Amino acid sequence: MAKSRSELGQIIHGVARDPLGLMGLIIVGTIVFCAIFAYWIVPFDPVGMNIKDRLQGPSWTHLLGTDQLGRDTFSRVIAGGQVALQVALPAVFGAMAIGLTLGMIAGYGPKWLDNLLMLFFDTIRSFPTVMFALAVVALVGPSLQTVVFVVMATSIPTYGRVARTQTLTLRNSEFILAERSMGASMKRILGVHMLPNIVGVLAVLAAMDIPTVIALEAGLSFLGLGVKPPTPSWGALLKDGYSLIRQTPWLVVGGGLPIILATLGFTFLGESLRDVVDPKLRKQR
Amino acid sequence: MLLYAIRRFGLALLILIVAVTVMFLMIRAVPGDPVQIMLGPRATPELQARLTAELALDQPIWKQLLIFYGNLMQGDLGIDVFSGRSVTAIVFEQLPHTLWLILGSIAWSATLGIALGAYAAAHPNTLIDRITAAISVSFVAAPAFVVALLSLLIFAVNLQWFPAIGAGEGFWGRLDHLVLPAFAIGLSWVGYIARLVRASMLEVMGESHIRTARAFGIHERRVVMVYALRIAILPVVTVIGVGMGFLLSSAVFAEIVFARPGLGKLVIDSITTRNYPIVMGSVLISTGLFVVSTALADLINAWLDPRARTAA
Repeated sequence: MAKSRSELGQIIHGVARDPLGLMGLIIVGTIVFCAIFAYWIVPFDPVGMNIKDRLQGPSWTHLLGTDQLGRDTFSRVIAGGQVALQVALPAVFGAMAIGLTLGMIAGYGPKWLDNLLMLFFDTIRSFPTVMFALAVVALVGPSLQTVVFVVMATSIPTYGRVARTQTLTLRNSEFILAERSMGASMKRILGVHMLPNIVGVLAVLAAMDIPTVIALEAGLSFLGLGVKPPTPSWGALLKDGYSLIRQTPWLVVGGGLPIILATLGFTFLGESLRDVVDPKLRKQR
Repeated sequence: MLLYAIRRFGLALLILIVAVTVMFLMIRAVPGDPVQIMLGPRATPELQARLTAELALDQPIWKQLLIFYGNLMQGDLGIDVFSGRSVTAIVFEQLPHTLWLILGSIAWSATLGIALGAYAAAHPNTLIDRITAAISVSFVAAPAFVVALLSLLIFAVNLQWFPAIGAGEGFWGRLDHLVLPAFAIGLSWVGYIARLVRASMLEVMGESHIRTARAFGIHERRVVMVYALRIAILPVVTVIGVGMGFLLSSAVFAEIVFARPGLGKLVIDSITTRNYPIVMGSVLISTGLFVVSTALADLINAWLDPRARTAA
């Protein structure tokens, strides 16, 4: 345990030494902090209406102004981060877990199973993400769970393919062959020896995947097909801002900037993590 | 090559069949009677019975699937419940708008991206190279619909340089209306393509045929522009082909933000009116488009680079 902690420490140290990585770390840290402590940070109730003060510009009371119902935009931005992470984290981890399992089975199992799983991955990937999302939303109706499901389903193949490639490479490496000749069970080989070697790469992939997920959630909410109002999602803010774009620019700015910042932060962090965890990956790209 | 082409398209066809079947089963797996969902709660029993028979919903599921495929082969994706027109006709009416938008976006971003990438590779570690790298990383992350909204706010509403809504009339009108949406979709691609071209360019520049060209005393600019770039833009073809699904997704948002006609607007409008046949028809056709473009990109790649044929 102590060893893995020092490894984690080394990784964080490595990321922080890279200027872009440090920036990513700060941005992501801020977003996560705001999401966890949103309740104490927000100056106003994110869903509390105050018609008297509607459509205001920025001021010291309302840092980013107010919307058509007099709700404080800054408070909604902060609370929106919570929603974004609530969708992104379960979706990414779920997809990673399923993709990892299926990918390892494909890489280690019999050839026919490999072919079947690859066909499954290719099929999911053949739907354009947003179109697939729209189809699912059309069928089961919009909700937070739908968004999580769609994101999970569409990103399983990415993790699955990488896990499969890694498994295939590891499968014939000496330490696995040695393990197998000593009669280790498949469960032990996959779980104890292969898993630690695959998880790192997938974690990097996950960090780089989070921006896509956040953007998709915001996008669906922008179309009115994501989280339901009055939940303060960044996409919902943009939706309100879009319909009021000629009255006030502040809703579009307030909804748009956090999305761009979040995607930037996670991308920087992901790229930097990749360089630290697995420098080889960089050359492959 | 022919064998590879047949295999690749065989795989594409297989994927399409599975995808369509998944789609079909998904529609049927939804709780509730599809007829009731389509017609709404106020429909008369006679109307419901007629539609049930028309959609063959009273048949067993495997027979439904066969009928569905039979119709699909004839280009029949069903009938729009509201207008009574064929779904295929409606979707293909909107498709060109979306395709033009995608084409415009990728045209400007690929041109600029390739130019920037080539320049950065020819002058590595100069200021321009670093600026390009920084811009690439920043823009790669920007979601198209946020860029679309912000550019709508800045260039259409505030500065009023470009029109905010619609697709325009006549050649110049269309072009004028295309600028902002194409900018929004293409922006993240510029940096991506630039980085790709830079990387592959640096690799190509080290190869022996470039050294030979230099040894023959060919002007450096010609070496870079003609001999190196021709090979270095190969990955761009693949990336665009594989990125078709991504481009389609961005186009959906750009169409909504700029109120342009197209596939995206059609789907969103159909979801709000609960017009399922149109939603499914559009998703199927866009999926087909994506699968074919991915296969085409692989083929072009295999044709240009024989090594790729054996790898796949």
